[in-house]
This record gives sequence, C-alpha cells and structure tokens, in this order.
Amino acid sequence: MNRRQQIKLTEGIDWPIMGLYMGIVFVGLLSIFAAEYREGDNIWNDIIHLNKNYSRQLMWLGVSAVLATIIWLTDSKFFTATANLLYAGGLLLLLLVLGIGKDVKGSQSWLVLGGFQFQPAELTKLCTNLALAKYLSSIETDFTKLRSRLIAVSLALIPCVIIILQSETGLALVYFSFFLVMYREGLPGVLLVIAFSGIVLVLSALLVDKNILFIIFSVITVLVIYFSRREIKRNRSRLALILGIWAFCSVFVMFVVPFAFTKVLKDYQVRRIEVMLGKENDPKATYNTRQSMIAIGSGGFIGKGYLKGTQTRYDFVPEQSTDFIFCTIGEDFGFFGSVIFIGLYVALLLRIIFVAERQRSTFSRVYAYGVASIVFFHMAINISMTIGLAPVIGIPLPLVSYGGSSLMTFTMLIFIMLRLDADRQMVLR
Amino acid sequence: MSVYNQPRKRVIQFIILGMVILIITRLFFLQVVEKKYSKLADANAVLRKVVYPSRGIIFDRKGRSILSNDAMYDLVVTPINVKNIDTAYMCEILQIDKEEFRRRITGAIIKNGSRRVSVFASLLPPEMFGRLQESMYMFQPGFELVQRQIRSYPFNAAANILGYIGEVSPQMLQKPAYSAYNQGDYLGMTGLERTYESVLMGQRGIQYLVKDNLNRPQGPYEKGEFDTAAIAGKNLRLALDVDLQVLGEHLMRNKIGSIVAIDPRTGGILTMVSAPTFDPNLLTGSYRARNFSRLFSDTTKPLFNRAIQAGYPPGSSMKPLTALIALDEGVITPSFGFPCFGAYTYCGRAIACTHHNAGHAANLRLAIANSCNAYFVHLYRMEVDAAKWGGVKKGHQKWHDYISSFGLGHRLGVDIPGESPGKAIDTAGMNKLYRGQWNSCSELYVGMGQGQVVATPMQMANAMCIIANKGYYYLPHFVDKIDNDDTELLTKFREKHTVAHVSDSSYMPVIYGMEDVVERGTGVSAKIEGEIVCGKTGTAENNAIVNGKLAKLKNHSVFVAFAPRDNPKIAIAVIVENAGFGSTYAAPIASLIMEKYLHDTISVKRKPQMKTLLEYNTLDPVVREKSKLDSLNGASAKMTSDEILKLYFRD
Repeated sequence: MNRRQQIKLTEGIDWPIMGLYMGIVFVGLLSIFAAEYREGDNIWNDIIHLNKNYSRQLMWLGVSAVLATIIWLTDSKFFTATANLLYAGGLLLLLLVLGIGKDVKGSQSWLVLGGFQFQPAELTKLCTNLALAKYLSSIETDFTKLRSRLIAVSLALIPCVIIILQSETGLALVYFSFFLVMYREGLPGVLLVIAFSGIVLVLSALLVDKNILFIIFSVITVLVIYFSRREIKRNRSRLALILGIWAFCSVFVMFVVPFAFTKVLKDYQVRRIEVMLGKENDPKATYNTRQSMIAIGSGGFIGKGYLKGTQTRYDFVPEQSTDFIFCTIGEDFGFFGSVIFIGLYVALLLRIIFVAERQRSTFSRVYAYGVASIVFFHMAINISMTIGLAPVIGIPLPLVSYGGSSLMTFTMLIFIMLRLDADRQMVLR
Repeated sequence: MSVYNQPRKRVIQFIILGMVILIITRLFFLQVVEKKYSKLADANAVLRKVVYPSRGIIFDRKGRSILSNDAMYDLVVTPINVKNIDTAYMCEILQIDKEEFRRRITGAIIKNGSRRVSVFASLLPPEMFGRLQESMYMFQPGFELVQRQIRSYPFNAAANILGYIGEVSPQMLQKPAYSAYNQGDYLGMTGLERTYESVLMGQRGIQYLVKDNLNRPQGPYEKGEFDTAAIAGKNLRLALDVDLQVLGEHLMRNKIGSIVAIDPRTGGILTMVSAPTFDPNLLTGSYRARNFSRLFSDTTKPLFNRAIQAGYPPGSSMKPLTALIALDEGVITPSFGFPCFGAYTYCGRAIACTHHNAGHAANLRLAIANSCNAYFVHLYRMEVDAAKWGGVKKGHQKWHDYISSFGLGHRLGVDIPGESPGKAIDTAGMNKLYRGQWNSCSELYVGMGQGQVVATPMQMANAMCIIANKGYYYLPHFVDKIDNDDTELLTKFREKHTVAHVSDSSYMPVIYGMEDVVERGTGVSAKIEGEIVCGKTGTAENNAIVNGKLAKLKNHSVFVAFAPRDNPKIAIAVIVENAGFGSTYAAPIASLIMEKYLHDTISVKRKPQMKTLLEYNTLDPVVREKSKLDSLNGASAKMTSDEILKLYFRD
C-alpha cells in the first residue's frame, strides 16, 4: 500500500526538468559559498547559525522544498480556480508595499515579516503568469480580437507599473517577457518587429545626436515616398502611414527620449545606460561592470579553479552573491564552465517549451510558456549585465542568486508547471 | 491551433538560442581572446610586498651580541590615495594638529610626488602604533604601516664604532651605488654599519599577497609560489672585547681623549674608546632626530671619534720608533750613548731634557727608560744626515718612508669610515715649509714626537704593535670574521706588513727600555702584578688658538704600551687631552685595561687607584658647563664611581 502510494507520488513528474532544476540550484549554492567562504571559516557553525548567505540560502532551499512538495500534492484545478484571486491578492500586496514597504537600497519593494524581508514583486510574477494563463484559456477570450489583446497586455503591465512606482525598474522590466507568451498565443509577429525597431530607435536616439537623426529620418522618408510613389498614387492612405511613422520617430527622438531621460528615469539608471553604451566613463558608475568583467575575463578558458578566484573572493565585485553571482562561475570555472552552466539553462528552457507544447489545455501551455519567458528574461539580462552587454538593472539569476523571495518564486513557478504537466491529460480552464 | 502555432514555437526557440549565442560570443572574447583581464585581476588582487631581511648582528670576540634587532613601525603615506579619511581621528592618534597633517602631506608630495610612498610618521612609539594598527582599515589605502628594523644596544657601548642606521636620503638615491635601495629604506650611516652595509643588509625578499577590495592582505598568492625569500644579513664577529670597551668608557668618563687597544698578533682592535661617548640607543627609535642634533651640536663633540679622527703629537711615545729606524739603518748600535746634560744644544738652541744627570742616555735602553729628548733628536739627525744618503733631503725622505711604513702620516684603512691620516712631514713638505733652505736641525723635534708629526691614537697603538712584534704589524681592524662570508672584505687585514729587519739582539734594548719605564721610570703607575709591561709615557705639548692668540694649553697625557713583554698579547695607546703628565692619567688607565684583558679581572689592590681615575675630571669647566652631555652620556652617565666599582670588585 505504502509502496504503491510512493510510486503514485512521483508519477508523472518530468525528470529532465526536475534534474535541471536541482543541478542549477546546486551550482547556485556552490557559487554563493565560493563568494563568501574564507579559509578557516567554520562551515558547520555558519550553517547552524545562519550567519552566512550560503547557510541562509540552504534554509530557503529547505523552505522551497516544502513549498514544492505542497504544490505537488495540490490538485491542478486549484491553480485555475484561484488564479484570478491570487492575481488580485498579488496586486494588493504590491500596493501595500508601496504604502508601508521598507526602503532597501533606494527601492521601496520589501515587506518585513518577522525577521525576514520579502519582496512581493517577485511573487507577483507567479500570480500574473497564472492570471494570464487563466484569461487566455477562458472560453470567452478570442485572442484575435483587439479587446482581448488589450486586456491580456493590461494584465501583464498593471503590476509592472506598480513595481516601477516602487523603483524596482529591473523587476518591472521582467513583465515585458509576457509579450513572448502572447506572441506564442497569437499576438501578431509584427509587434515583435515593432518592439525590435523600438529598441533600435531608442538606442539610436541615445547614441546619435537628435538633429542628425531627424535629418536621417527625413531623408529616408523622402526616399521611401519617391520609390513608392506609384503605390501612393493608388493608395493615399499609404502616404499617411509613411508620414505618420516619420512623425512618430521624429517626435520620439526629439522629445520623448530626452524627456524620459530627464524626467522619468532615475539619475543612476541614466548613468548606467550611458555607461553601457560607452557614452560615459565615470569610474564610479563603471565600477561594478568593470570589476565584474575583470572577474569573468580573468577566468580564462578553464578558470582558476573552485574557490580560487581572487576577484570574487575578496569582495572586488559588489553584490556578488546576488546580482553578480555569475562572476563566481566565470572566474572559477572559466569559459568552459560558463558555457556548460549556460547550457543548463538552455536545456531547461527548451525542455519547458517542449513540455508546454505537449499540453492539451491552453492554461497549462500559456503557463509553461510564461515560466520559460520569465526564466529566459532573467537569465539573459542578468548574465548580459555581468559581461557588459546590458545596463546594470538589479534582477537575480534564477535559482542561483542568493535570495529567498527569488528562489521560492522560481521554485513555485517550476513546480506548478510540473504539477500541471503531470495532469496534462486533464482539460483545465 | 497547435499546428498553426508551430512556427511561433520555433521563433521563440530561435530567440532564446540567438540570445545565448550572443552571450557566449561575448564570453569567448572576454575570457579567451582578451588577455588584459587577468592582468587587471592581478593588479586588483595581488599585493607585492617587500620583505626586509633581518640585519646582521654584531658579536664581540667572546660571542656576545653588542647590538640586536628590534622591530618598530613607520606610518607611510601615498598622497594620491588619501581619500575620505577621518583626519581629526588620525591627528588625535598621532598627537599633531590638522595644520601639521596638511604640512606633512604637502611635504610628502614635494619630496616624492603624490604617487610614491613617503614616510608620514617614522618609528612610532608603541602605544601610538597600537592605536593606529587597530584603526588602520579606516586610513587605507592612503596610509600603511611599514615595519622597520631598528638596532638596540644591550651594553650601551661602542657607539662610535658601531655607527648607526638611518633612512636613505633622496640625494643618495640618485647615485648608482644606492640603486638597490628604495625610498624609506634604512642603511648604515657610519661606523661598522656603513663599512659592512653590503653584508649586514642581507637580501630583500618579495612576497606576493592576495588582498581584498579594501587592500587588506588575505594570505599568500598561489601559496607563495612566486615569493622570493629574504636572506638575512650576515653576522659580524669582532675582535673587540665588549668588557674592555665598557671598562674603557667608564675610565674615560669626564675626560676627553681616547683609548685604542690592539691585539698585535692579529691587528684586531680589542677596544676603541673615544671620550666623551654617548649611549648608542639614543640614535635609534622615535627620538633619533632630536638626539642626533643634540649630540651634533654638543660642545664636547661626542660624535667625533677621537681614536681615529683626532691627531696628537705622539710625544715621547715616538721615541721607540726613532730608535727602531736608527737600528734598522745601522746608524747606531744598542750601545750608542749620547752625552746629555739636560739639554740638546747642537742646533743653536736648547732643547730641554727632563734629566740632568750624566749618563742617563749612556745607551739606548737607558735613553728610552729616561726618555732623553736630546738622545732622540740626535738620533733623528744621525738618521737623516747619514753619509750613505748623500744629503739631508734624501735622508729625510728615507726617514719619512720608514715613518710611513710604520703607519703614520696616512690612513691605515681601519674598517670604520672617517679615519684621519695624521701627519708626518716628507721632503717635499719640508721644502715647502722652509722654501728649500733647511737641514737636519730644522725639524729635529720629530725625533721626540713633536712638531711636524701628528698621529691618531690608533696609529700610536699600531706603532706599539710594531715594537711588540719586533718589526711587523697587521692593519688594525674590528671585524675578525663574517659568518658565511664569501667576500674579499677581510683579506687586506690578513696581510702581514713587515717594516723593519732588526735582529732580536738589537731590538731588545728598546723593549727593555720600555720595560724599565714601567718598572722604575715614569710609567710606574702602569705596573700590573705578574706581568712584564713595556710602556712609554708621553706628555705632548699642544698649542691652540684661543681668542685669536696662540696659547700653550695644558699637555696631553699620553701613554703607549704593550704586554706581556714576551709574546705580547695587547698593545695600547691612551690619550687624555689637556690632563698633564702621562704617568698620572694615561698610564694607569692603560694598565687597568691591559690587566682586565690579560687576567680577565682587575686585582682588588687597584681599587683605590681605579676610584681615583673614575673621579678625575679633566674636562674644561667652560666646556663642561655648556655641554648637555650628562643626560646623553653612555654607559656610565648616571652612575657614581662607587656604582661603577661594584661592577668590577665584588665586595
């Protein structure tokens, strides 16, 4: 009886994802340990007294295991049933934090519960993902309609706006990853092209003088009108479209970007963006990125060996057990180790997409794609910022960076997906 | 639906893979292609630390260390790295005001530039060091504590011999000879510390340490694989006997003058006292600069090493040398006598002699014993006028060659710097002095050690070695042996200098004459129980310009001796300036030193004599008044004569 139950308990679990999850978490623990451990430290003592990040992370891992077990034992229908409720609760929590939250490093996004700090912005990713899945899978939703699309986009962007108000821009940006899910569910591909063009536009607005850009836009517009003059003769609205694009780009470059930079973004964010673009050389602003690149670059091909990195172990890299945890891997294990480590993520992401595609229920598929998008966005931006490809925005490396909120959120994200996958024969709405 | 969306899944997969390829490409350039990052990482995290070797120790002939090493700390500053520190707190620890703080920083920038390390506060007193070390993390990386080795001197003795170490000056650093030194390094400035700098300093090592972002050392880099070990300086083993040195310094207290004792068998210097002396510990540690200026400006000139730097007329102690030259040249035999009746009158003026009785210079032995002036000025004339030279000019030059080979008139090359050559006039000098018109009468005083001959106490002691050895000597030197030595520094001291070829039978009258001086002549106070001492008193006249007029000052008390007569083990010269007769001061001092050396103890019978000597005060009252030496003097500064006597006599 007992044995049969045990078999039942692990039945349906997707072992590749389970293995990759455990592998990445293990690397994370090793990395946090490497960033903190000093020769002569009493490891057991530190673990028992929870006075080191790695010992606390170990504790959070325990908590996460309990949460995972609870999720695994929960019926899948629970998640569809409570998705909207959880979303509403998450929004309330975000608003609550905005009111009474604790100010940590310039952002008001932390709740203090007992002795622990907790960041609801992490948790609302899960709620939003559930709510989005719930909405897209409901019978009334016709995602080909503009109205449905607007509702879906709003679901993703409302928490994003609140989080921006909390000054956690990095975490807020993560919500844009839901566009990937919506693309999968039918959002026109042209939007991705527009988004990409938008990024190019912003970058060029930052890099090139706005007057020169205006001239370039005008020249391109004139050329386009000249070459498509026959088409324009046939269809006058085409001219309006072209002129509209020209007007939008010009206004955007001439007014919106300068306005955003002076009024909306914080000084440090502007500086970070400028540093990344190579426009500014302020040593204080470049310090983090510079030290991080030195640490990773000095790892060489095979790395310095575990616990032998001089940069990460002697506090040259700031935030090295949280946002810059990848430095430890880069320095200790080199290019070789980094590629294997990134390979673990790629394998996880591709497996999640594989799992998503085998779902019968739209809810499960959307949810799984959401998980993939969030993990991908976090991983790509986090690693990019440590190697100077992206500005330093504080988002953690999933399952690796030190932090209870982050670890628990990603654990729950993945285990709900595993639960849904185990019940993929069911139709969930 | 699912089929329709199939390409979208592909697009998403491509987006993921595209991003990952972008990241991996960047990583490849960062980690594999670009090499600068590992250098930057090393610059960040590797601290190159110079490890100073311990400086060589100096031991005396019985293996006692005359000096040892102590550690002290300097606070050094790199002005460009001084940022955001609590200046007020640092000022409070160092007990300076902010104005002084600014002044020192500016001074450091002017001296060494803002990127190089300068000393901010040197040789911190222990309590200051303790407080600074606790709070050092607040002042880094602009300030660092650097260990310095300083010397300490357990016997408080031999200051002028050992010398002192000081910081290398910017002027010295400009010279190629000091290329091995860095700003802030210490090196020997005088004395043995300077002469043997190359062996004492050892070889500096380099240690690579890992440091953290606040420049705090975290342990060895790569387990010390790239470190170079520091090689400790080599130890010096001296011929010097520190007991004799201390005794000599005791005996010379409140006197001006010097003692030099040499082992005639080796040339090793047994003791070299220059009085007044000072406690060598004054020139180490936190108050070095202040003490140095006090010593430097003192009226009694304690930094002046009289034993090798002061020139004195050798006086009667020159007479045995005059005799030796005459014997070696064959112009006399030991039985040569001179009819002196109280003065030498052959040169148109009377040179007084202390003895009037007939026959006091009937032969060489008697002439030496009675120190007959007439006899020896006559010997000088005989030497230079000898027919075989064909003229006084050649004869005098020959005399000068002899005197030179005896080590007079030029530097002997002792192994401490600053030696004075003394003076012995040669023919060219005579020609210049008398414009070519001179004869053997002109400077006949040199035969009795006055006039155009001046010697340092060390030269006099060395001359005694020649007499004691019957014609040869070794260059006087302090260092007998260098541990693990592979240098050629000591070879010149092993070389035997034979300067006269006189048969023993000719020699003995000189020695017997000197024996008679101590047995029944002017040197009776130098007698040592159970030893045959050969000595010669001298009472050197000296003149000095006082208030613009040439005045005759009180005579210097001079005594030279060696003992025992057969197989001499010690040769000594003692000069007490402006003290009067050689027999009163110099002779008993020399005798006590020799007794201590030969018997390792001083006979109780001599206690009263020693007490008298300790209490003699021959310092000029005016000089004494102006001197601040009491607080600075060496081993015997604060001791009463009874306290000193207790060190030597048990009761």
